[in-house]
Amino acid sequence: MRKAATTTADARPARYAICFAVLAAALIVFAALNAAIGSVSISLQELPDIVFHHAGDLTSVQIVWQIRLPRLLTALILGGGLALAGFLLQTFFNNPIAGPFVLGISFGAKLAVAILMVFVLQAGQAVSSAALIGAAFVGALATMGLVVAMAGKVESMSMLIVVGVMIGYICSAVTDFIVTFADDASIVNLHNWSQGSFSGAAWSDVQVMAVVITATSVAVFCLAKPIGAYQLGEHYAHNMGVNVKAFRVSLVLLASLLAACVTAFAGPISFVGIAVPHLIRGFFGTAKPLVVIPACFLGGAVFCLGCDLLARTAFAPVEINISSVTAAFGAPIVIAIMLKRRAGGD
Amino acid sequence: MASSFRTERLAVGYHGKPLVRDIVLDLPEGTVLSLIGPNGAGKSTILKTIAKYLAAVAGAVYIGQRPLADLSSGDLARQVAVVLTDRLRTELMTCEDVVATGRYPHTGRFGVLGREDRRQVRQAMELLHAWELRDLDFRQASDGQKQRVMIARALCQEPRVIVLDEPTAYLDVRHKLELLAILRGLAKQRGITVVMSLHELDMAQKISDLILCVDGDVISHYGPPAEIFADGQIDRIFGLPHGAYDPLSGSLEFAPPAGRAEVFVIAGGGSGVPAYRALQRQGVPFATGLLHGFDIDCRIGSKLAAEVFATTGFEAIGPELFQKALDRLGACRAVVDCLTDYGPLNEFNRTLAERAAALGLPVVAAVCDLPAQVQPPK
Repeated sequence: MRKAATTTADARPARYAICFAVLAAALIVFAALNAAIGSVSISLQELPDIVFHHAGDLTSVQIVWQIRLPRLLTALILGGGLALAGFLLQTFFNNPIAGPFVLGISFGAKLAVAILMVFVLQAGQAVSSAALIGAAFVGALATMGLVVAMAGKVESMSMLIVVGVMIGYICSAVTDFIVTFADDASIVNLHNWSQGSFSGAAWSDVQVMAVVITATSVAVFCLAKPIGAYQLGEHYAHNMGVNVKAFRVSLVLLASLLAACVTAFAGPISFVGIAVPHLIRGFFGTAKPLVVIPACFLGGAVFCLGCDLLARTAFAPVEINISSVTAAFGAPIVIAIMLKRRAGGD
Repeated sequence: MASSFRTERLAVGYHGKPLVRDIVLDLPEGTVLSLIGPNGAGKSTILKTIAKYLAAVAGAVYIGQRPLADLSSGDLARQVAVVLTDRLRTELMTCEDVVATGRYPHTGRFGVLGREDRRQVRQAMELLHAWELRDLDFRQASDGQKQRVMIARALCQEPRVIVLDEPTAYLDVRHKLELLAILRGLAKQRGITVVMSLHELDMAQKISDLILCVDGDVISHYGPPAEIFADGQIDRIFGLPHGAYDPLSGSLEFAPPAGRAEVFVIAGGGSGVPAYRALQRQGVPFATGLLHGFDIDCRIGSKLAAEVFATTGFEAIGPELFQKALDRLGACRAVVDCLTDYGPLNEFNRTLAERAAALGLPVVAAVCDLPAQVQPPK
């Protein structure tokens, strides 16, 4: 009669602790591998000295400090942010396959960033990270607004996703159009970025994303209680004393900010937002926001570190774009969720 | 007793357009109020307004002494708990988790349950006989179990008023009875005011202190069950043919078959009811007698038979009534004699059956034994 998926109340804290420990260990292992593996390999014995004491072979120190550390931190921070954005959108739409990528929000952000870059770069100026995030946020919010407006009109969850994917295509087409016509040397970068990549972040960028994503994630964590209430549905949340309107607005803002920040620095990255929260819920055996929020962040970080490692090393020296790798792992999970729900009669 | 809940000329509806107007209620603590009425009449709209999902179009709702409009969302949550018809879609939540969400308005910033919260959850679940379900995944619970869990959830919110929309929907008879008995107990023992919509008229009649009849525009009736269920009221409220609902037995009868009686049913003391219903199903018009006015066969028969030969009230059956019944019987094609017991009060009926046999009419004990020619024309 009882299903193994739900753990009994007494066994829970232990299970959570084990799961968090596993995630933390995976995070450390993947971070170390990311720092060690590459065109120049660095042994795991050398690594601690390089990272903690700047000591060792000069080239290795430079490679680790100037290229690999910023890149792995980017993957870690943005991966966490992306998973959280997905979790928030799933809560908001009460739809397990919602995420910033499938709902087109990443593409809206990308379009806004592309427009900003083309105009500012053509004027011969550099784009600040703050301006990038700002533009991405505006783009993400605008798309989110569009999706929310449509959500009121479409009945089924699958239709909402179709609408989101279409919005994504439209934004993507416009972005390509802009990029094509603005084709000059300074915009080659833009093309790489628009495919999605964790590479090329400077330490200053890492600082900005760390501040923005950390602050947003803390804010999300502080919403754990109303998120839990909202999971029971709008009416019950209202009856529990949640100010539903204000809560929905903050969900939209936080999810957009997370998706925007990720897109501004790494371009649109697929399926992390759907796959990670789903895996985490299954792994922890709970949907409790108080547990799932930090777990999603950790899980997203691990997932993106792993995928970026694959993207860099699988066909080295050719680098695959990160979205292809995340899609390879994420898309089957989405299909699995949809099949399971169909079987469940939803 | 202190008023726990009242409304002042409340009008409810959508987008500022009133659907039901002038609702005036005043419920002391521990009252059970049932809302009855046809579908779409506004029962749910009233409940939604009380739960503050909808703003009142006009007038006001008071919880205790305070107007609903002035209650903060947190205060409201500590005063009013709801059990809705929407089916809860949960993920990886045990029944205990679901109940524990009721503690939301009482927990701190992160909603972590304290010892007192756990005690309340357990107490509520035990009261609802749901404690043994605590580790069951909510999705796997049966409808009856889910409903009990949802009521435990509402209860551990420690509200003054519980609002339930169709709490008996999806439940089988046993669970309906159990659930309503529990609600009744909560009202009596804990002084919780219960406001709910019910489709089961017979249940509403038995469980409620007060009944509100909602059928469009204004409240047609509001009062104790004895008043609302006076003869014919229910028929009027629901637009039923006159006499279709019997408030005494709580039974709802179909219309009698049209035409002159073809079968005479000799009955009494409830023995005739199965025969009446069988004939009604087959569409055979019938007459029945000889009955006393207080006989249950008389109550049900008067709704189903073309003609009833009965006394009024407590009068004795006299030769005049006997003769009338005999004349009618003579014009029928067959007789069903449902009686097995005779005594001083129904000796007439034995005579009636004997006379029928003497007239050469087929006399049978049950409708299924009737000769084929009495069956309705195809």
